[in-house]
Amino acid sequence: MKIAKKSIKFLTIALVALFSATIFASDLDKKQDNHKDGGEVNTQEEVTAYIQHHLKDSHDFTFFSYTSSEGERKHFGFSLPVILWSSEGLVTFMSSEFHHNDDGHVIVEKNGLKFAKIHSKIYELDNGAATVSFDETHHATNAHKTLDFSITKSVVGILFAAFLMLLWFSKLAKQYKTRKVPKGFGRVLEPLVIYVRDEIARPNIGEKKYKKFMGFLLTVFFFIWILNLLGLTPLGFNVTGQIAVTVALAMFTMVIYLFSGSKDFWAHTLWMPGVPVILRPILAIIELAGFILIKPFSLLVRLFANITAGHFVVMSLIALMVTMKEAFGPVASTGMSLALALFIMVIEILVAFLQAFIFTMLSSLFIGMAVEEHEHH
Amino acid sequence: METLLNDFSPGLFAMQIVILLILLFLMKKFAWKPILNSLEERETGIEEALEAAENARKEMQNLTADNERLAKEARAERDAMMKDARDIRDKMISEAKEDAKEVTTKLIENAQASIQQEKQAALAELKKNVAELSIGIAESVIKKELSSKEDQLALVEGILKEVELN
Repeated sequence: MKIAKKSIKFLTIALVALFSATIFASDLDKKQDNHKDGGEVNTQEEVTAYIQHHLKDSHDFTFFSYTSSEGERKHFGFSLPVILWSSEGLVTFMSSEFHHNDDGHVIVEKNGLKFAKIHSKIYELDNGAATVSFDETHHATNAHKTLDFSITKSVVGILFAAFLMLLWFSKLAKQYKTRKVPKGFGRVLEPLVIYVRDEIARPNIGEKKYKKFMGFLLTVFFFIWILNLLGLTPLGFNVTGQIAVTVALAMFTMVIYLFSGSKDFWAHTLWMPGVPVILRPILAIIELAGFILIKPFSLLVRLFANITAGHFVVMSLIALMVTMKEAFGPVASTGMSLALALFIMVIEILVAFLQAFIFTMLSSLFIGMAVEEHEHH
Repeated sequence: METLLNDFSPGLFAMQIVILLILLFLMKKFAWKPILNSLEERETGIEEALEAAENARKEMQNLTADNERLAKEARAERDAMMKDARDIRDKMISEAKEDAKEVTTKLIENAQASIQQEKQAALAELKKNVAELSIGIAESVIKKELSSKEDQLALVEGILKEVELN
């Protein structure tokens, strides 16, 4: 244990050392900043743009930014590696090369290819183009998206959550070797594990088969919950509000229940007994669509929409103190924004748990439907 | 929908899938399996302990019931034995009494019979003696008939004295 603790400490120090080297690297970004990231956020449009920017994934990890007395825009945070699969193969560089530019004005040249970042997406410029040109709907006309495997902020969040889970739960697992009842933080985690097992998996999947799916359900439950809660911290993660993440999670559930479907499940899905034969193909289509499209879609959209909406509402309420300043004066608008944001924040803490619970609950429900064996034959 | 599709990042999707797969594997191996196993072990342990306690309680109950039953049986046996003893004693006494009675009556009867017999014998003897005596007297009387009257009387008197002596 001591060695593990030491190595964790060492890792933390190493990480801090590594990133502190890059933290002020961004100080050099001076006038490259465009008007949109120009610091002050005053109007409703700027607030909306700011929130939209936050809701998207980011290639930098910025804690906060400010404009210095010399009018320089300073960002406090660290850059993250950009990993692209471009038309010429793998390209890697640090995100600091974009100098926090997000509207395609900074061009990074690597391997003879030019890259620009537009609204948190990295575009590869077409051959011969020197700058990005836009059409009237602000779409790039001479650049295309690349496959972006960067360690983005969301990936950092995912890795962080994974790290926390591995740390906490392997520690809890180790405790059982020496004692029957865990102590410390393990005592908090154990009832949660039992809760997922007894309240979510067992009643929905059934006593006989639930064990096989416990690993997935527990992992997904804690993964979503931790990331939802991380999203409420000032670190500014929005991982479970990324559609790609929720799609991946829902696909895991879908693959699991499709591959563990019992004979009865497939018989009922594809050739429903007890129904006129003419109706059976129609029902099969409906059932298949339900299991392959609708159920995973409901899973992924529910989580995505709830978390996105939560972030949007909290940020909008915080922005009230800016947008309402004109109408109510600074004290009243700040007080109102504080009270409302606090209220919504408390609800969001509940929602963070609720969405993790619902995702796990529905996953186990769908798995339960698939593994169920009917007895009326 | 278009913005949703536009926001969908295939790279992040791939990263999420890879990381989640690795996480699933690691968590299963290092966390969930040992945790769930020990939880189950603990639960079955608790269940077994409860069951054992219940069994012990039942056994204890059985034991006390057994003890009580045994004590009751012993008491009943003792009572029965005492009753038997009393009966036997009573019977022996009554038998003894009856025997004694029988013996005494028999003795008395025997005694009476022998008394009767003796009496008969004595009477017969007496009769015989009287007869002999009478005959003797008669003989003597007859012998002395011809002598004097005084002689005769003296003779009778003498004989009577002899008889008295007898």
